[in-house]
Amino acid sequence: MALAGSAGAGGRRRARLRSTAMAVARFLVVVALTYLGLLAVTFFIGRVIPVDPVLAIVGDRAPSHVVERVREELGLNLPLYQQFVIYVGKALTGDFGISVLTSNPVMTDIRRVFPATLELATLGTLIGALLGVPLGVLAAVRRGSFLDQIVRVIGLVGYSVPIFWLGLMALLVFYARLGWVEGPGRIDVVYEYTVTPVTGILLLDTAMQGEWEAFRNVFGHLILPASLLGYFSMAYISRMTRSFMLTELGQEYVVAARAKGLSERTVIWRHALRNALVPLVTVIALSYANLLEGSVLTETVFSWPGLGLYITDSLQNADMNAVLGGTIVVGSVFIGLNLLSDLLYRVLDPRTRAR
Amino acid sequence: MTNDAQTWRAWLTSERPASRRQARLGRAYAAWSRFADNRLAMAGLFIILALLLVAVFADMIAPYSAVTDGDLRTARLLPPSAMHWFGTDDQGRDIFARVVHGSRITLFVVILVAVIAAPVGLLIGTIAGYAGGWVDAVLMRITDIFLAFPRLVLALAFVAALGPGIVNAVIAIAITSWPPYARIARAETLTLRHADYINAVRLIGASPARIIARHIMPLCVSSVIVRVTLDMAGIILTAAGLGFLGLGAQPPSPEWGAMIASGRRFVLDQWWVAAAPGVAIFVVSLGFNLLGDGLRDALDPKAAGQ
Amino acid sequence: MSALLHVENLRVSFPTRSGMVEAVRGVSFTLGRERLGIVGESGSGKSQTGRAILGLTPPHAHVTAGRLVFDGIDLLAASEKERRALRGKRIAMVLQDPKFSLNPVMRIGEQIMETLAAHGRGSGAEARRRTLAMLEAVQIRDPERVFNLYPHEVSGGMGQRAMIAMMLVAEPDMLIADEPTSALDVTVQLQVLSILDRLVAERGMGLIFVSHDLRLVSSFCDRVLVMYAGRVVEEIAADRLHQSQHPYTQGLLNCLPKLGQSHHPLPVLDRKPEWAA
Repeated sequence: MALAGSAGAGGRRRARLRSTAMAVARFLVVVALTYLGLLAVTFFIGRVIPVDPVLAIVGDRAPSHVVERVREELGLNLPLYQQFVIYVGKALTGDFGISVLTSNPVMTDIRRVFPATLELATLGTLIGALLGVPLGVLAAVRRGSFLDQIVRVIGLVGYSVPIFWLGLMALLVFYARLGWVEGPGRIDVVYEYTVTPVTGILLLDTAMQGEWEAFRNVFGHLILPASLLGYFSMAYISRMTRSFMLTELGQEYVVAARAKGLSERTVIWRHALRNALVPLVTVIALSYANLLEGSVLTETVFSWPGLGLYITDSLQNADMNAVLGGTIVVGSVFIGLNLLSDLLYRVLDPRTRAR
Repeated sequence: MTNDAQTWRAWLTSERPASRRQARLGRAYAAWSRFADNRLAMAGLFIILALLLVAVFADMIAPYSAVTDGDLRTARLLPPSAMHWFGTDDQGRDIFARVVHGSRITLFVVILVAVIAAPVGLLIGTIAGYAGGWVDAVLMRITDIFLAFPRLVLALAFVAALGPGIVNAVIAIAITSWPPYARIARAETLTLRHADYINAVRLIGASPARIIARHIMPLCVSSVIVRVTLDMAGIILTAAGLGFLGLGAQPPSPEWGAMIASGRRFVLDQWWVAAAPGVAIFVVSLGFNLLGDGLRDALDPKAAGQ
Repeated sequence: MSALLHVENLRVSFPTRSGMVEAVRGVSFTLGRERLGIVGESGSGKSQTGRAILGLTPPHAHVTAGRLVFDGIDLLAASEKERRALRGKRIAMVLQDPKFSLNPVMRIGEQIMETLAAHGRGSGAEARRRTLAMLEAVQIRDPERVFNLYPHEVSGGMGQRAMIAMMLVAEPDMLIADEPTSALDVTVQLQVLSILDRLVAERGMGLIFVSHDLRLVSSFCDRVLVMYAGRVVEEIAADRLHQSQHPYTQGLLNCLPKLGQSHHPLPVLDRKPEWAA
């Protein structure tokens, strides 16, 4: 009897393991398909471009045999599907070609500029989540109160104001008029060579090397664009948090928690928020991805030497390799964040685990 | 007169409508009265109507030309005054006139994107939802792939390939904005697919194309419209962003985003050059957001307040 | 037998678009250490009566009463903090469906221990021991395993037993059971009821059993209140139910199918506006 029971449990465990493996496999296929779709779109964009890539390299006065040779070297005389296969192979190894503007491999350039974007977007999301979640919770708890109205206004403004314009106005007020923060750029030239780049995250680099004066300077440059991104992130996160919390606060388990004699604080922050956190993780990941993407506009305004500025600079100079490489990197980050939020969802919600 | 109005109201709010037309009008009246109760939604509607009027009568409203340069010696970068309400820009042009004329470009973008993206999404969503099986799987996989993309960066890449310009910007935005509509239309279709009246139509012998076009799509339209209205602000902001980066409307066109870009150089001393078009974008986006929220609450009372 | 709870002229109303809607309209009764059933159709105000006693009425609703006294404590005058101290510790409530009334992201043991922690009744090892003992008391055979399970991993009957354990672990004097078996399979309904019955009897608790099921209530309770449209239309001892005077109660009784009798035509419940007046 006992034996049969344990065998059953073992079988169940094995079945559970198999279904988990299936879920993981399906998940990986979806990720791979999405990534392939991304590459297909960028490949398509690279091919419909009206500028002939060969002429862009050799110039339009080159003799025809030179043009032919370059065309062959670039693999442009192959059938389209073969070109795509080669393209995918190269993209998977991080080979996006050479940037016309900097003459470096695009991947090298991106590796150099990406930490700046990461630093900005991460700080922005931190600000947005740390303020947005509590604000959204309080707005839901005190529905219709003054605070709820404020959260509503924050949300509406965040959904309606152009980020690049607000950035310009913020520079005007806080940098030019009030002098509270440093201006555009990431660090003053004076400090540029006092720190050796290790992580590329300047806040970390300066702190690790004990360059506190440079740290203050870096912080002064960072705080305005990060607060700006943080505001937009907060607008989104607080609005979603409010909506999720309203749903959770109407559930029966909240009544049960109150009937147990739990304090309102415990009911809200431990019971309701823990449930609201499950969909919120996706929202925060999405907001992080949006900030990375929004960097295209913010970095232009603040002359922030990150991926966004790199993409727009390349755009102005018709450097398609760099533009498409940057697009693929941003797209990969999107896919990665989607993947991450899916995994976190599984961790936070026991119902999705081990089904 | 008041008596007349009262009978009308009674007819509209009747619990027992005598005809299909009366029922339909009654439902529209109920939605409208819910909408009209919402002061913010009415403010949104007012803003959008104002935008329409300004765009139509731009030539009459604007006191100066929007594109011809002013006198570069006397009219350059003037601060706001009674003569030039919003000041003048670096080419000596009246900013108020440019903002007023810019409303046409904004309206053009908004309408064109809606006209392209919404039907595409509607079509893909209803077909996927009605057909089911592998058609659904393939179409939704494509939709999901597009949803997982960074929209702005992708639009950038498209415009970079197609070349800068307002029409290309619109195409790029439309290409990246149809997936949510497909999702919504599919979800609605799935709830309708096995409804008895659809089965009845099928039994009569209607073709799938006819069922989708005549019986399913009309019922998906209202939720797609709500979503499109809510998305309008995002579309305006994306278009302005492309303009700001120099990829949308080209000078001397008075596109608001491009105006902010040209004002960027003077923002520290002549702030008004960049300020006015930004406020214009903000107000119009706000209008669409308020209108969209109001529409959603009026058409779907269940989701109200969320 | 001194009375545990006095309710006099209890009224609960909700503001809506079309004016105030009264869910409970002047309900009065007293409860000793006995089992009192409250029966009515959905919307009769029976659940709101239970919630008002616990102080769990939604904040936008109005609650008034001539008297609302629990064991010498005037609930109307008590502060929110005092009322909270009563909840779970002296008055508890079992809700209808464990699928919704247990927190889906917390382990069952954790949720039961929380009741103890909220009232300062031991923590850590002691709370864990009492929780396991309570799980055993509701006839869960493998308490250690269930302690670590999430609500979705147990059956409805098991979940409702966990719910009862969660509400009784702090040994309250009074329990309000709001349709505690309606969401369960018929086969486990009786099990859960007998567990509830035994615990209430052993601990000498007062019980308010809210249900729409007249037969269940009459077999399970000492006394029955029949509610209609927010009012008590009849109060009667359970074993004298067949002698009931009120046509509504008789109507409810006639709805119950009996073996060996013709069911045609099916009886229809009569509702007269004057009963609600």
